[in-house]
Amino acid sequence: MDSRTNIGRVRGLGSAKHGGEHWLKQRLTAIGNVLLTTWFVASLFMIPSFDQAALAQWLAQPLVAVPMILMIANIFVHARLGLQVLIEDYVHDDGLKFAAMALLNFYVIASAVFGIFVVAKLAFTGAPA
Amino acid sequence: MAKNPNRPLSPHLQVYRWSPQMAISIFHRATGFVLATAGMMTLLWWLSAIGGGAESYATFQQYVVSAGADGTVLQVASNWFFRLVALAVTFSFFQHLASGLRHLVLDIGAGYELKTNRLWASVAFVAAIFATALVALFVASRFLGVL
Repeated sequence: MDSRTNIGRVRGLGSAKHGGEHWLKQRLTAIGNVLLTTWFVASLFMIPSFDQAALAQWLAQPLVAVPMILMIANIFVHARLGLQVLIEDYVHDDGLKFAAMALLNFYVIASAVFGIFVVAKLAFTGAPA
Repeated sequence: MAKNPNRPLSPHLQVYRWSPQMAISIFHRATGFVLATAGMMTLLWWLSAIGGGAESYATFQQYVVSAGADGTVLQVASNWFFRLVALAVTFSFFQHLASGLRHLVLDIGAGYELKTNRLWASVAFVAAIFATALVALFVASRFLGVL
């Protein structure tokens, strides 16, 4: 422990070079989401049939599975960054904030991995009987 | 000394009112939350139901889309719940999209003039409501046989 003030401790060290990271990632994933969700919504309107066999065949195509996986990953990164700001702004208790952030991380990672696994399995092994 | 009646007043509860610029800010957060939770959970259920096979997809349809004539009470209630979810998610999607595009424009430093800022905040709301209505009409006529 030294007795210097906080500002004295960091002065002269330069920035951590992470100041704009969260902001920039939020915008980059936002642009990605504009493209990927436009593709997804347009696809929903163009799918000829909504029965399971036709949908499984549609989803298993590389040109559908790849953008779908990208969309799931991109949305959950964007959601993680956005919900983090909600927690930081509205949850003031330190313990609750820690718990909420941990829960958020579990939620987005588990959900993203689940979604990507479902699409990848269908694309690699084909539609189940 | 006589008081000048035209001098500016500081913001106070009596003159405080909601503007589109304020509403769009909190709507961006609320709609983002709806999309991240209800929207993504429904999407993942749909994808895993497709991947799970015909039986799994039939369960999804019975609870989310339509239980048909011989549906249980729980399934019919669930159908109505998911119709509300679909409406909320659809509106949230278009609202978050329009509001997000507005943010990207603001991020490059444009659109901060008071009237311009107010105008595009209102436009984002109108566009989102219009697009939601369009999708609702399309779904109602094509899938639900309402129109």
